[in-house]
Amino acid sequence: MKAQNRRTFLKTAAVAGTVAAGLGTSKAKAAPMNILSPNRMGVLIDTTVCVGCRNCEWACKTAHDLPSEPLSTYGDRSVFAQMRRPDDGALTVVNEYGNPKNKDLPINVKVQCMHCDHPACVSACIVGAFTKQENGTVLWDSDMCIGCRYCMAACPFQIPAFEYHKAIQPEIRKCDFCIQRTSKGELPACVSICPVEALTYGPREELVRVARDRIKANPDRYVNHVYGEYEVGGTSWMYMAGREFADLQFPNLGTNPAPGVSEAIQHGIFAYFMPPVALYAILGAIMWMTKDRKEEGL
Amino acid sequence: MHAYMKPTPLKAKFFTPGVIVLCVLALNGLVFLAGRFFFGIGAVTNLNNQYPWGLWIAFDVAAGVALAAGGFTTAALGHILHREDFHVVLRPALLTAMLGYTFVAVGVFVDIGRWYFIWHPLIMWNGSSALFEVGICVMIYMTVLYIEFIPMVTERFIGRVNLPGVLKFLNRPLDALLRVMDRGLGKTMFIFIIAGVVLSTLHQSSLGTLMVIAGPKMHPLWQTPVLPLLFLLSAISVGFPMVIFESMIASRSFKMKPEMDVLSRLAGFVAPVLGVYLAFKLGDMFIRETFVYLQELTTESVMWTIEVVVGVIVPLRMFLSRAVLRSPVLLFIAAMLVIFGVALNRLNNFIVAYTPSYSFSSYFPSIGEISVSVGFVSLLVLMYRAYVMIFPIISLPDSSAAPKTKYAIRGGK
Repeated sequence: MKAQNRRTFLKTAAVAGTVAAGLGTSKAKAAPMNILSPNRMGVLIDTTVCVGCRNCEWACKTAHDLPSEPLSTYGDRSVFAQMRRPDDGALTVVNEYGNPKNKDLPINVKVQCMHCDHPACVSACIVGAFTKQENGTVLWDSDMCIGCRYCMAACPFQIPAFEYHKAIQPEIRKCDFCIQRTSKGELPACVSICPVEALTYGPREELVRVARDRIKANPDRYVNHVYGEYEVGGTSWMYMAGREFADLQFPNLGTNPAPGVSEAIQHGIFAYFMPPVALYAILGAIMWMTKDRKEEGL
Repeated sequence: MHAYMKPTPLKAKFFTPGVIVLCVLALNGLVFLAGRFFFGIGAVTNLNNQYPWGLWIAFDVAAGVALAAGGFTTAALGHILHREDFHVVLRPALLTAMLGYTFVAVGVFVDIGRWYFIWHPLIMWNGSSALFEVGICVMIYMTVLYIEFIPMVTERFIGRVNLPGVLKFLNRPLDALLRVMDRGLGKTMFIFIIAGVVLSTLHQSSLGTLMVIAGPKMHPLWQTPVLPLLFLLSAISVGFPMVIFESMIASRSFKMKPEMDVLSRLAGFVAPVLGVYLAFKLGDMFIRETFVYLQELTTESVMWTIEVVVGVIVPLRMFLSRAVLRSPVLLFIAAMLVIFGVALNRLNNFIVAYTPSYSFSSYFPSIGEISVSVGFVSLLVLMYRAYVMIFPIISLPDSSAAPKTKYAIRGGK
């Protein structure tokens, strides 16, 4: 910070401003894809139909080349003794809860990624490795991911899992809505194997209608709540149940999209890069005005 | 009458018993770190799918960034407000910030699963991600800090580049390079200094935005939309206490008299900032009515109370007292309490407040995680010691230069 005259100061400040402005325009374009197509697909899970056979767990592992026991072992219901969560070796799991209406008919709940319409992971990911695809899938891109695990901190459903015991190229694992199969016109593996048709695959808007019709037709069978219709701004996978969702360990989330507050703050601080550039200018002005203090040797 | 202070490389023995202890701690950390690189993050840490972030992010990164705030706060005071009377603290604060941010970067590097992709955010941008903004700002700010440090390198080595043996032919080009940098930076340094302050306010606050997206997973005592403001205010409040703290430790370690004159004047700025921080923190609490959570005895309520009472209210009262500002011991304690309070705030925000929707056990850092964090702090202190012995950073009274000559020549009378 030697003496500098007014001209060099203004010149360099102008250059710095231009660089910052340039950064601003290119940054505005960069954001991961989040398509909300009116034709996006979804799955409706009717927990009052599910029998807890866990065939979906087997089908999911097989479809994703994950190691799995033979299908015949999945009839073992002792695994229900503990609540399980999806992890890097199982992208979907089924849990069991008691049924106050009928003790002999326990409630089984399949858990997997909800494929939110406004996903927290898409908003949070530092490199934009998550995208919301046109068919509703929330997809993770292995080529971009740096393994920071911010998606896991952000996800309101606590779904993304990380390969903690891999030193090189650990992956974030979660349900990918069988995008390999659906892009070829096939059903997702879990939907196609379900023997009791507890899972219905179809356009999301139609599924909401189906769910509402079922509730209207059987008001005693269902609670009047389609979980995922409005939760965190809507999800592609939705649930129906005969018992309050809070009792089935569904998180109680509002209807606002999960990234809402965070993005509002973020875009407020960075509105067209104005606040940082303004701060830079103000500090520059203060620096210029107090310059004389130095030369007088205070 | 004040002696003219001149930054000088300190002369002392590098290895003392304390330094050897630090070396052992650093080595211990490096051993565990090797385990992380050979067997994965899960082999060394207690992290799991329920608790994706632990001590390394909360302490090494979040607390590290906050405690390195001495760099931008003193730069704003000394360079932007041109308070020449604080110049003796600028270089030590810059060095702490530079080393602090270096270890923040190293902390991120070891915590991310794919460390070899750490450069991805440079070309893959996600403008809506708070983490992206923190990452980019920290990367640029670290570069700025290294640029701001160059004058100390040129001052030390111009005309004194003396590489041994086969590298001898590089001596002249290196000297020329140093001279070019010295001349160029003399005219342009103000760009970097302002940029450093702007970048710091940006990422210090965005670090607070990070956990906002965790929503209901974060305890209401900490989860608030004004988190970015609280993070920025607390970072500014901890800046000067950190400078006071490290200056007093350095003085003691190198057997010099503490710079009480400068430090107590610096300490005078702490109370107002800390007061504003406390006002916002409590104001937010009353607006959101989260004080109801303090009525029950939980880990969260206890930690919040310790953070605010021991880490903010007590030091605030101390910094308001003239007696404390004049007493080296009390000033040191007050500064340490603020540092403790802000570090605990970061740990609370990232670990204590975080309650996953589904958890099977609670998180406590493993021996490996603690060893690595302690190892990094030890390495940082060792590097600080080495740097102040190599470069002109800490100012010593200089009898050879009379204080007025500088201005007499400049004034050209």
